[in-house]
Parts: sequence; structure tokens; C-alpha cells
Amino acid sequence: MSHINDGDGIGGSPNRGGGRERVTGAQDYVADLGMPDMLHAHLVTLDCARARILSIDTTEAVRQPGVHAVLTAADLPDPMPRFGPQFEDRPVIAIGEVRYHGEPVAIVAAETRDAAEAAARLVRVEYEELPAVHTIEGALDPAAPLVQDPELRPGDRLAGTNVLREHRIGWGDVDAASADLVVEHTYDFPMVTQFAIEPHAFMAAPDGDGIAIWSSIQHPYWLQRVVAKVLNLPLAKVRVYAPDPGGAFGGKQHAKYEPLLAFLALATGRPVRLVLSLEESFQAVRRASSSIRVRTGFQDDGTIAFQDIAADYLIGAYADIADRVVGKGTYPGCGPYRVPAARILARSVLSHTTPSTAFRGFGAPQINWAVESNLDEGAIQLGIDRLDLRLRNLARRGEAFIPFDTPADGDWDQSVRRAADMIGWGTPMPEGRGRGIAVGIKSGPTTGLSHATVRLLVDGSAVVSAGTSDMGQGARTIFAQIVAEELGVPIKWIAVHMGDTATVPYDQQTSASRSTVLMGNAILNACRDVASKLAAMAARLNALEVAEVETGRGYVRLPDGRELPMFDVMRSGLGPLGGEVVGFGEARKEADPSHPLGGSAAFFEFNCTAIEAEVDRATGDVTVIRHVTVSDVGKALNPLQVTMQDEGAAIMGLGHTFMEHFIHDETGRIRNLGAIDYRIPTSMDVPLSLESDIIENGDGPGPYGAKGMSEGALLCVAAAVAGAVREATGAVIRDLPLSPERVWRALQEVDATATDAEGSGS
Amino acid sequence: MTDHASSVSGGTSRRTISLTVNGRARSLDVAAHHTLLEVVRDDLGLTGAKECCLVGECGACTLIVDGRTVDSCLMLAMEADGAEVTTIEGLATDGHLTPLQKAFLDHGGVQCGYCIPGQVLSAHALLSNHPHPSVAEIEEGIAGNLCRCGCYRQIVDAIAATAGAGEG
Repeated sequence: MSHINDGDGIGGSPNRGGGRERVTGAQDYVADLGMPDMLHAHLVTLDCARARILSIDTTEAVRQPGVHAVLTAADLPDPMPRFGPQFEDRPVIAIGEVRYHGEPVAIVAAETRDAAEAAARLVRVEYEELPAVHTIEGALDPAAPLVQDPELRPGDRLAGTNVLREHRIGWGDVDAASADLVVEHTYDFPMVTQFAIEPHAFMAAPDGDGIAIWSSIQHPYWLQRVVAKVLNLPLAKVRVYAPDPGGAFGGKQHAKYEPLLAFLALATGRPVRLVLSLEESFQAVRRASSSIRVRTGFQDDGTIAFQDIAADYLIGAYADIADRVVGKGTYPGCGPYRVPAARILARSVLSHTTPSTAFRGFGAPQINWAVESNLDEGAIQLGIDRLDLRLRNLARRGEAFIPFDTPADGDWDQSVRRAADMIGWGTPMPEGRGRGIAVGIKSGPTTGLSHATVRLLVDGSAVVSAGTSDMGQGARTIFAQIVAEELGVPIKWIAVHMGDTATVPYDQQTSASRSTVLMGNAILNACRDVASKLAAMAARLNALEVAEVETGRGYVRLPDGRELPMFDVMRSGLGPLGGEVVGFGEARKEADPSHPLGGSAAFFEFNCTAIEAEVDRATGDVTVIRHVTVSDVGKALNPLQVTMQDEGAAIMGLGHTFMEHFIHDETGRIRNLGAIDYRIPTSMDVPLSLESDIIENGDGPGPYGAKGMSEGALLCVAAAVAGAVREATGAVIRDLPLSPERVWRALQEVDATATDAEGSGS
Repeated sequence: MTDHASSVSGGTSRRTISLTVNGRARSLDVAAHHTLLEVVRDDLGLTGAKECCLVGECGACTLIVDGRTVDSCLMLAMEADGAEVTTIEGLATDGHLTPLQKAFLDHGGVQCGYCIPGQVLSAHALLSNHPHPSVAEIEEGIAGNLCRCGCYRQIVDAIAATAGAGEG
């Protein structure tokens, strides 16, 4: 007996929670919020990558009408408060030295945006430009200037270098492993930026004897801790509001200018808002670029003998979460394969550039590009089909493919075979086309803690409080569907509250595709808490023992077989005073201090991508004819949202594959700031055919067997595309993006080689 | 030389303009250098139109001005004097979504939502001027509206479904 409305529960695709607001313009993002008496802030930056600050004169700026304050390092506590999720290395505002292009040296608060912007131009900064490092080679040069003061990392043997940390993972004996073929190449991945359409925005206001912060942030509770520590306030006196971000993609995980804005609000005694320009957002967040050398040993039959990987990731001037990105991203770097011997050395290399941070895939796309491309190289040299080579080595369910971690948690060959079938692998193609196939894997969350409450109200409606940030992935919808499924409440009668640390219980973070699993389980547990209270009510009302009463989805079953809708039980049980039934739920993923990542993977995201492409030999332009993406999601709680996330990730992957990259000048300034010179895919850049599918075996740790998803379909796009380009043309490119110019140049080399071969053969 | 409708205060030249916004006549005193986007958002409080690139590339600020879509970040408010402006707030009437808005939800065209006011207005203008576009024409019609969530296929589906149903 079901009390669930068709389509509201699990496996349905009800309209997105918050969708109506989004199509009517009613959805308020941080920049849409204002407060009476609010001031507007503007940053002062220098047009260089690195400089010694000699003096800052704010006299003229402060004198302007409407200007209330100009803060520089001199106005902040001494020593300068620093913060950061891994290392507390980022000063609230630059002190003494600017370490990347766009690092603020002062901030202005004024009555209007115009006044703030005009005054910012009047702040006189005397500075001496210093040599900057913005490449891996430059940063590793023994003569390179140090990006960070060694005193920030006392006792660290690497503190006197630009290597922030090294991560070593391995098993077996790579040096002793024998192989019939060894293939070694280096693959480069560009510096790309998240380019959320919502530029980062922040607001701060004095709040009694504390402070209130509004931020387009993914991790409000983490931000609360940062602000509390910097201002020396108890957590209870820091209230973080986190309105739904307008896209985040990892770039909005961690604090950026919120601490600075908090000081500005306290200095002026007024609410202050800072809305970054897109250019300033580019200067605030990016993905680490990388140069990764892969040496793979193969047996003649295509079996992988070993992987020997040296990965350098160029992170920015401050660590942010970038070193974790390097460590966690490279950890499953050998891929979802049986690899008898492995050695991975990954280094986080500091530079005078925008601090790199989390970005969909969290370090995995870079190493995937290298390792999957090298597998293609091996297959081609061995004369083995690229699909067969992958299937031969793919870990089977339960295999400990990383010896000290969660075993393979899916029937991964199903995804690979499905993608191969969909693209028609091995079937004839028109002249000039090629196909590529690649697989991607990413470790899910290694720790987690989510709390949630579900309140069943007297009229049968429900209020969910969950600290996840819904930045487009659709967490609101999923959470409401779980409540609809468990308690039989129609989805239109469910409100999901997020984004307020004062009223919504703790959630560790919104990242690593965790929320469906961790917060989903917390909400499931909260629903079951409600159900157990209803069971107790039913027992009381019917003079039964609680143990005699069972609950199911939306109903309470009595020993005589009668199934009472939960709503009816609640109405009777609450009695004339009414009120509500409150359920609390928790989900934990405990840390494991002995594990290299501090915890095993809660699940793995697995994806297989297959591409059919055509190359215009005259221009180097690549057309993706067909793009097939298949993800193992355990269970699709909302199939439409799964499709949207997978296809969106696929298109984002095409961005770094074909067009996206920061370009620095020789002094380290970003030369292509903004949407004119930094291109992301438009509706005209999508594949002629984009087809996605999912594998569902109900084998995930989340509600109803769900695994996390949202990042998988981005991981291996580049390798699959490059494989297709290579098959179509013979051109081998080991540096992204595959811009028309780069493809065209590679084609010239192919043609030259062919001409030479003809010449020497005649 | 100053225009009779202009004034200067605090170093900022101002001008009075008349607009019809979502069917309502408005007379506004605006800063001469302010864009239509700034005036709609800050002076009228219609925050559905979004700020992103401010160079006319992303389409988040799309408005319909005299029947044509414009990047309102590139148009001075003064240039819109006398114009009829439609913002995203002007589509749904009495709380009822238009078929196009409903189709965006039903076909999964909305993720984070930040680009959506612009996408919906571009689609609305496309269908107003061209009720039965091909898929290629739809893709071209929204080519000026970036969606980083990558929802293009679903957005195109939503527009095509609306056109197929014969409603704009």
C-alpha cells in the first residue's frame, strides 16, 4: 500500500526544489540581497604578479564624499590573522608583499558602488615589482624566489623550496617489475578557472555582539570557524548565511574575502557588500595546472605490469585546499585497474599565481588525462584494441585495486561495455573520423559528518533543515524526495531549509559528491526518528507495545494488519494542542588516521566516456560527432537530475579539452581575464549528439543504494577526445587544450613525418 | 552645455528617462553613466537580471527591449529612454508560469539558476519572433547565454517542446 504521490518519491523526477524561483527571477543570490544602510566595498589590487609594498596612502581616497573607510594591512591586527583550510598561510589582506596578480592590498567601503570604485582608484600604492614564478619549471629552479616565507612552515624540510608537500603512494616493487613494453610520456594540463556564472559575492554586518556573514559559499560551517577564529569570537556569535550559490564547482568551498569584509563591517559599524567582478573571480579561484610523467609497463597481452608516475601540480601563492587536491586527486591515479606495482610521487608546487582550489574532479582530471592517454599509447604499440586493454585490466567488484582502500564497489565493466555499445565501438565510420574511449575514477569523501532535522507539522507538511549548499546539483529536490518517500508527504508540502548556521544543524561540507550519500542518510535517519515517534504514538493510542507496531514508507502497521497513514497517527497522537513531531538524523564517515588520505573512500565515482570525432584538416577544428557518457551511480534517486549533472560535467570537460586555459605574460599577470578572452562552451560548442546513461545496481552506501555522482562524467573527457583525434588523424597531442592551432600544428607534423617516410622509401 | 533634463550632483551627471517596464510606465532619475542593468537592478529592485561578465559575452543580464534581446550591461539606461522593457519578473502573470517557464522545469533546464533569467528571456524573444524554430535555430538563439552547469541540451529541449506545443 503506497501513500506516495506518483513521481514525488525515489526514482521520480519532480520539478527542482527552488526551480520556480529560478525561472521567475525570484531566487536571491548574495548580490541580490541588500540591507538598509548597506555600504559597498571595492578591492584595491596591483597590476603585477608580485611586488614589495613600500607604502599605501589612503588620504585622498578617504576624503572622497560617501567613503566611510579604507582598510589596509596597517588597520588590521598585528600579527596579521591568517587562515586556510590546510595551512593558515593566507593573510586577511596582503601584508608586505603581493604574491599573485589580483591579491588585494586595500579595501574601500562607500555609500555607493560608484563611490567605492572611484575611491579605490585614489589609493596610492608605492611598490617595487619583484620577479615572479608562474610555471612549474620556474618554481622548481633552485634559484627561484621563494613564494612563501619559510617561517610559515617551521621544521618542514621543504620550507626552503617552492614544493609545499610531496605525496607518495605505492605498492609492489616497481623497480623489480618486468614488462614486455614500457611506455613513458609527459602530459600537461592547463590552468583553468571555475567560471561560475555567479561571481563570488559576500556581505558582512555587525550582529549584536557578533557578526553576520552572507557568502556564496559551499561550506558555511567551515567559514563560520574561520571567521570566529580570525575575529576571536565564539562560534555562536558568528552567523553565516549561505544563499544558494549560482554555480560553484568547488571554487566556492573555502573562505576568500569574508574575513576582510568582517573587519570592514566592524570598522564601519555598517553592513558592507562586496560583489566581485568576473575578472576578480578569475583571480580568486582556479584549477591547478599540471605536468605529469607516466611510465607504464605492459605485458605483450596488454596486462599492466606497473605504473610509475611523477606528478607536479602548480598551485598558487597560498595553499587553500590545493595540496589536498594534489594528494587526493593523484591517490587513485593508476585508475580502476589491477596494477601489481605502483609508485606515485605527487608534488604541490607553489607559485606567484591565483591560489588554486577545489574544482570538479578535485585533482583527478589532470592525472586521468595523463594515465588514460598513456594506456592508449601502450595499446597502440602492442596492437591491442584500446577497449580490450581496459577491460582486461579493469578491477572486478570486491578487488582491492588500491591495496589499503575500499575495494572496487561496482560492476565497472558494465559501464565500459555500455559506453562501447552506445558509441558502436568497432563498427565502421565515415572517412576522417575517429573514436576514443576512456574511464575515470575518483575517490568519494574520506570523512564526513552531517546532521539533519525533519519536522512533521500538524497539517501533514514537513520542514527539513539540512546544511548542504544547493549550488545547482539539486540537493533540495533529493532531500524532499527522501522525505516524500519515507513519510508520505507530497513534495509540494515539503520545505527544505539550508544556508543558515544559526538555525540549521551542522554539516561538514558540500563537496566530493557527498551530499546525496551523507546528508541523504542523515535525512533518512531523521525520517526514521519521526517514524519511531509515530510508532510510539500508535502504540499508545491502541494500547499496544511499541515492538508490536511497525512502520513503513508513510504508514504505521498494527498487529492486526491495519496500515494507518502516518498523518492520521500524528493527528491523533498530538491531540488538541497540535504541535509537531521532530526527528533528528546523523550520518558519519569516520576518519582513519592510519590511512594516507585520513580515511578510506566512502564510494568511488566511476565513469566511461566514448567519443566519435571529426577533424577539419585545414583548420585543426575538431567536431565531436557523438559523446557518450555512462556513470555507475548505484541508484538514481532523481534520474533527470542525474542526467543533468552527468551531461553538464561532460560539457565542462569539453571546455578544458578544447578551449580553456589561463595565459600568463612573462611577468606572471593573467592576460586573458574575463569572458571575451577566456572561452567556455556555449550552446554552439556541444557535441552534435550527447548521450548519457547510468548503471544502477543499488550498491552504494547512500539512501536506497545511491552513490555520489556529479564529477565522474568530467574526469576522462580529454583522454577520450584525444584518442578520437589520434585515430582520425594520427596526431598525438599531450598538452591541453586541443585548440585548433595546436591540432593544426600536430597535423603538420604528421604530414611532415609521412612525407619524410615517403621520401626515404623511394 | 547641459541638457534641460540633465543635472549634475556630486560630480555625476543625471537625467530623467521614461521607461515602460513589464507593462508599467516609469519615470526615473538615473545617473548618465549607469547601464540599463544597473538601473533595473539597483533603482527598480528587479534583481532577476544578473551581473556576470559585464562585457556582453555571458548573457546573464539579458533583457527584452522593444522586442529585441539586449545585453543590458552594454546599454546605457539613457539609451533606453522611451523603450518598452521586459524583465524576467514580467513573464509570469498572477503567479502562473508561462508555458516556456514550465517547460524549463519539466525538461530539466535549470540547475544553479543564475543564467536562467537570461536564458528564458532569450528563448521568449526567439519564440515571439520565430514561433517554430529548428533545433539549430534554438541553439543559435541561446548562443549568447552561457550556462556553466552545461544544461544546454535540456534548455534546447524545453524551448523546442514549447514551440512544438504552439505556445511562446
